[in-house]
Amino acid sequence: MKSASRLERVLTAGRFAVTAELGPPQNANPEVIRKKAQHFLGNVDGVNITDNQTAIVRMSSIAAAAIAISCGVEPVVQMVCRDRNRIAMQSDILGAAALGVKNILCLSGDHQKFGNHPEAANVFDLGSVQLIAMVKKMRDAKQFLCGDPIKEHEPRLFIGAVENPFADPFEFRVVRLAKKIKAGADFIQTQCVFDVDKFAKWMELVVKDGLHKKAYILAGLTPVRSARALHYMKDEVAGMSVPDKLIKRMESAEDPKEEGIRICLEMIERVRNIEGVSGIHLMPIGWESITPVILERAGLLPCPQVRG
Amino acid sequence: MIVADRKPLREILKSIDEYRKVMLMGCGGCVTVCFSGGAKAVELLASQIKMARKKQGKDIEIIECTPERQCEYEFVEAFEAEVRSVDVVLSTACGVGVQTMAVKYPDTITVPALNTKFMGYPVEHGFWEEKCAGCGDCVLEWTGGLCPIARCAKKLLDGPCGGSVDGKCEVDKDTDCVWQLIYDRLKRLDKLDNLTVIREPKDWRTSTNAGQRKSKFEETML
Repeated sequence: MKSASRLERVLTAGRFAVTAELGPPQNANPEVIRKKAQHFLGNVDGVNITDNQTAIVRMSSIAAAAIAISCGVEPVVQMVCRDRNRIAMQSDILGAAALGVKNILCLSGDHQKFGNHPEAANVFDLGSVQLIAMVKKMRDAKQFLCGDPIKEHEPRLFIGAVENPFADPFEFRVVRLAKKIKAGADFIQTQCVFDVDKFAKWMELVVKDGLHKKAYILAGLTPVRSARALHYMKDEVAGMSVPDKLIKRMESAEDPKEEGIRICLEMIERVRNIEGVSGIHLMPIGWESITPVILERAGLLPCPQVRG
Repeated sequence: MIVADRKPLREILKSIDEYRKVMLMGCGGCVTVCFSGGAKAVELLASQIKMARKKQGKDIEIIECTPERQCEYEFVEAFEAEVRSVDVVLSTACGVGVQTMAVKYPDTITVPALNTKFMGYPVEHGFWEEKCAGCGDCVLEWTGGLCPIARCAKKLLDGPCGGSVDGKCEVDKDTDCVWQLIYDRLKRLDKLDNLTVIREPKDWRTSTNAGQRKSKFEETML
């Protein structure tokens, strides 16, 4: 075992894994995390804690993860390259591991232009691929990036990465995924899948290259409550593919919330049957309470029992 | 070349507000080519300043000059007498020129009339784009001659990020995603293998992170 995290144990046992997203608050209230954690407790294999997503200042992902751990929920700490250099990142990796974090998700990070401090300097000392390689080096080679040894208590982390099958250039997306896996990614979380056909096409390429055997692929899914949300994803979020027929379906729904849940359930069913998909990652933006409902209706509860 | 834009007139006027005798010094180098600081730009700015000051009812005397390059001592030395006779030098050179003046004439105040922006070239007449960030460790050899340090909003070496759509950067829809361009070019050159290599973290010491950088060409040193 690389980290012996629950997520790693579920995936290596060949069980269908479920992770979900938890966005920390824009304040210092630990109760927000504790309350949200209740939606996930016993329902998912890992809770992804975002790192100032869309470059909006929020409680630190590592601090929020520590609170989640105290609630019995296993966090996946997101770490972006936008705000910290290699010194701060390694320091935070050690700190996260010391606090009991066992999973890390490495991302480049949304550009600060999209957040509430667009005038900020960005860092990008490393990119996401280099961050993955650095975490692996710390864990497996027991070395800091500079080569200095980590003499004891190296951070044992299950390393995740993201890939967007819907961004361009499409042919390069699989190459980039391979690069992330080569750098050390143990699991991959994809951008929100709305266009299952395009996702399936991408997965074909992933399977053709045998990448699904080298890392576990989790399909990202976002249940939406309105057609407006889909319009927003399509028009405002770069690298998102939202089929028009899905928007029409939401527009004509009598009960959009229920329709959104049904669409998500159908997508879970479809992606489960795509070769190479090891699990799902649910990202109900600002709608964390729906996660247990969807998982219940999808027949994914209770969580699989795995040995610790 | 170095590309610079002129500061807003109001800001320029404010910076010379307390002075009566001004030397407006242009530069015959890069900023002449990008129209912001050559002899013509100096002439135009001088008349704008005079008009504005006239409106304010504040007298002003402007001496115009445009050395071949403001960034070398030998060219600015030619104007020593004039420089010493004015209250302030308003420079339409890049930041290098302004600093050359600051060092050459330590008792004279020199203020900038331009915002120095980047190193680039005109992609069409009157329109420049940044091409080089001067990082001090060129990567163009394996990127098909297109720079991700200068042109990617995240300086990614293993790009493109997930925000590249239809060949455009998510940060600005009018900006090409340089990683799409790199991909296309390497494909054309049959060198896509370059993109499968995991790049080592960049050593930023050669960039702006280790203090002032220097360059020495021993053969020409006296």
